[in-house]
Amino acid sequence: MAKPSRALHQSSGEAGGRKLALIASKGSLDMAYPPLILANAARMSGIEVEMFFTFWGLDIITKKKMGKLHVATVGNPNMHPWFGIPTLLGALPGMSAAASWMMRGEIKKLDFPPVPEFMQLLIDAGANVYGCKMSMDMMKLTKDDLIEGSVVLGAMEFMDITEGAQVIFV
Amino acid sequence: MTQDILDTIAFDDEGFMVDASVWTEEIAQAIGEALEVKLSDRHWEVIKYARQEFEAQGEPPTLRRITQQTEVSMKEMYQLFPGGPAKIAANIAGLKKPTGCI
Repeated sequence: MAKPSRALHQSSGEAGGRKLALIASKGSLDMAYPPLILANAARMSGIEVEMFFTFWGLDIITKKKMGKLHVATVGNPNMHPWFGIPTLLGALPGMSAAASWMMRGEIKKLDFPPVPEFMQLLIDAGANVYGCKMSMDMMKLTKDDLIEGSVVLGAMEFMDITEGAQVIFV
Repeated sequence: MTQDILDTIAFDDEGFMVDASVWTEEIAQAIGEALEVKLSDRHWEVIKYARQEFEAQGEPPTLRRITQQTEVSMKEMYQLFPGGPAKIAANIAGLKKPTGCI
């Protein structure tokens, strides 16, 4: 039994200084959601969030790609029990599109938004969103290709920003 | 001293009301004060919606649902209830801690 107080909400929150560094390195639909859900949960708990999108993870914040992420049906160890698609069949045309469609439907049922809306939600929630400079150079992307509100950053600068933070790599 | 009213109410270990049915607007004011949230009309819109949703569903609404069903945006929710909008809104509304993760 405890009377309501700021301290009860702040045990892990902003005043407590807890900070989370999330590194999203994969751009398939099934691997895009975990970092977004964790980042949102952290913001809802009052924890500061710094998100670094690198390599294929950059697709999650690239305007042209974020709404079209796909589930890979070949070479994806998560395919079996959830989707029930054996690897050999996964190679058939349309399989990846079907699995992606199915996953979008399941996510919607849980009331989680599509990736572009989810990213906007995180930015509105105060999560800091960074695109990896080196990956952007590699993929010939500029700041204008990324979602509004994101910042282009080098890996070393991200290290500076996340000093003392807890790290999650996806 | 409005704080006194809180002594007459049962809370759980995290400061959420044990019995949502004994909640009054006066209690909400007192909890808001304890949480350093000064309640405006916008806060009340959220609190009343949360109560309504709890009565219908038996669970406090998720943050996303609040922003979908009221005029209050995600950005504004974080400004109105800093440090954990869904939790703090549920706390003031006399509801249990929300468990939804969106």
